[in-house]
Amino acid sequence: MVRVQDTGAVHKHGASAAGPVRPRGVSGRLPRLDIRLSPYLYVAPFFILFAVFGLYPVLMTGWMSLHDWNLIGDKSFVGLENYSALMGDEYFWNAVRNTFAIFVIATVPQMVLALLLADLLNRGIRARTFFRMVIFVPNVTSLAAVAIVFGVFFRRDFGAVNWLLGMVGVDPISWQVSRIGSWVALATMIDWRWTGYNALIFLAAMQAIPRDLYESAALDGAGRWRQFISITLPSLRPTLFFVIIISTIGGWQLFTEPLIFNSGGGAVLGGTQRQFQTVAMYMFERGFSDLRFGYGSAIAFALFAIIVVASLINFALVRRSVRS
Amino acid sequence: MSAAWKRAAIVTLAAVTALGGLAACSKKNEEAKPGEIKLIVDHFGEFGYDQLVKDYMASHPNIKIEIRKTAKLDDYRPLLVRYLATNKGAGDVVALEEGIINEFKANPRNWIDLTPHVGDKSAEYLPWKYQIGKTPDGKLLALPTDVGGLGVCYRKDLFKAAGLPEDRDAVSKLWPTWDEFIKIGQQYKAKTGKGLLDSVTTAFSASMSQTGGDLFYDQEYNLIADKSPAVKQAWDLAIKLADGGITAKTRTWSTEWTAGFQQGTFAATLCPSWMLGIVEENSGAANKGKWDLASVPGGGGNWGGSFLAVPTMSQHPKEAAELAAFLTNAESQVAAFKAKGPLPSNLKALDNPDFKAYKNPYFSDAPVGAIFGAGAKTLKPIVMGPKHAAVKERAFEPQLQAYEAGQVTAAKAWEQALKDAKTQGAF
Repeated sequence: MVRVQDTGAVHKHGASAAGPVRPRGVSGRLPRLDIRLSPYLYVAPFFILFAVFGLYPVLMTGWMSLHDWNLIGDKSFVGLENYSALMGDEYFWNAVRNTFAIFVIATVPQMVLALLLADLLNRGIRARTFFRMVIFVPNVTSLAAVAIVFGVFFRRDFGAVNWLLGMVGVDPISWQVSRIGSWVALATMIDWRWTGYNALIFLAAMQAIPRDLYESAALDGAGRWRQFISITLPSLRPTLFFVIIISTIGGWQLFTEPLIFNSGGGAVLGGTQRQFQTVAMYMFERGFSDLRFGYGSAIAFALFAIIVVASLINFALVRRSVRS
Repeated sequence: MSAAWKRAAIVTLAAVTALGGLAACSKKNEEAKPGEIKLIVDHFGEFGYDQLVKDYMASHPNIKIEIRKTAKLDDYRPLLVRYLATNKGAGDVVALEEGIINEFKANPRNWIDLTPHVGDKSAEYLPWKYQIGKTPDGKLLALPTDVGGLGVCYRKDLFKAAGLPEDRDAVSKLWPTWDEFIKIGQQYKAKTGKGLLDSVTTAFSASMSQTGGDLFYDQEYNLIADKSPAVKQAWDLAIKLADGGITAKTRTWSTEWTAGFQQGTFAATLCPSWMLGIVEENSGAANKGKWDLASVPGGGGNWGGSFLAVPTMSQHPKEAAELAAFLTNAESQVAAFKAKGPLPSNLKALDNPDFKAYKNPYFSDAPVGAIFGAGAKTLKPIVMGPKHAAVKERAFEPQLQAYEAGQVTAAKAWEQALKDAKTQGAF
């Protein structure tokens, strides 16, 4: 491998190479081919893997979504019928509404909290490195374990959250049963897991902001809050884009937490009234429980479209609200 | 050939080999030794096959058997679907529950016809049960394992603490009808503050199994959930139980339900015979002797039961079919019954004196053979449509749970259940 690269360098820089070019058995065309070919070979592994595990499934899903495709039986071409059925499918729109609500309830406080945390960690507090590590810990815990533990916290009887609420005189809430309650419980799970992760990304970006900006602002009499609004936030714009788009994608694909939150028969419904069934869960229900793979694939593509639109909207929102 | 070309060729070759290696990793389980045949048995819940396969391996030295258990049918079905969809990974012998078998039978090319390997066994089993394993054109896709004779499992210690009798005959006398069952439930609740029964949905299933016949579908697989008397009757009973406030409101098969067996969250559950093994498994060895078995209010029923089939993808269909035949023969069904409770569907097994005399030590030596055996031959067949399980678990049960949780009115719940049944029951 190393020698292939050397040869390449020799030819590329031609005259600048110190030693004489070794005479080759065959004409100069083959080494040139080598130069042309080897870069493609180096990038090939990624593209081959992407084609096999990324592109092919996407195309296949698209193809399936045009069929009435029984997962373990026959299939027949139906064109766009799945999509038109989907547009009139109230269970689908219910899932869209749930997912959107959970996403908003989870993401808004999460972004604010992550920014404030990052700002705190960016200042000279004690044991900074320790805290920076600690806030990342939730992210590396197992998703299923998180969902199970939070499921216990949010139990109707003997749940820790209801116990705490009871101390301030609030009646126990049936978190799994109530629509808003289940959304809040799920949003809490998501925030617990992702706030620290986002805070770390913000922190990394904050550390790239030149110190002298703050110093001159301080000289001009800007307080901490003013510095945060006028210097930190605008400098974080590209990072905000990244974090919000990643959160949008993750939020719309929400699946494991609500599934485990509702253990037992029919868990994929997301509650008896489908009060917290997400789009991904609905896709699973139709595709794998009902074996209607074509319809499930159509839901997958609809979800993809929703994510693209939602990302664009968020992009526009951030661009307008945070000016550089 | 130039060195550069060689190198290029080597790199390409390496890349291809690497990909090939990836593919090779997913190859099916290797045979342990040459000439040795490995068979995998997939089942959910408790079938009681552990000792039986050991015996089979002892008498068939060239065969190795592995059992892959999945605790819940709800988790098992998606696995099976994935195996069939990818044509990879399924066991050589797989269990199919009666609520889902029709859905799998609808695609007969996934299963081998067992007849050439095991012959005609129609005389050996309960006739209606055997018929379910056959396709309309007469292929035998599955051999019957068990049927679902019905009892009530109850905790003696909790009954005693609530001032109720402990003895199984006395307990059976407490509730000849469901109305009396509700009264006892209210007594229990007044004494202990807890629910007597685990959930309304178990009573819903039990009641449908008591009526039998057409449930969500008729014989021609028309969806008749909205006019089926059996469904309406079961629904009304479940609503009555919810109104009586006598259940612990634990969703069946949820983690709270599983834990409830040990914690005594509820003192009784409806027990089709296959449930005995699950009750034992969930309650643990520490609670041995605390459970007992009484009769069901309103008479016996037929809830659940399964079959064994051999997927077409099995590499040893002949050996797999023979194993399935062995596991469902009279002696094996008696042994499985003793181990984990599934009630034989094999006529000889039902006449077996060993079976009839069997007392289950975990359930306080209840004469389960006599209790379940008595009505086994007169069990009423049930019509299971292609989406029976989906209609039951994703249309009716959620609405009953919602009603019990006070989310919806009874009328609204019924309306929604019928609406959902139309979506879930379509095929």
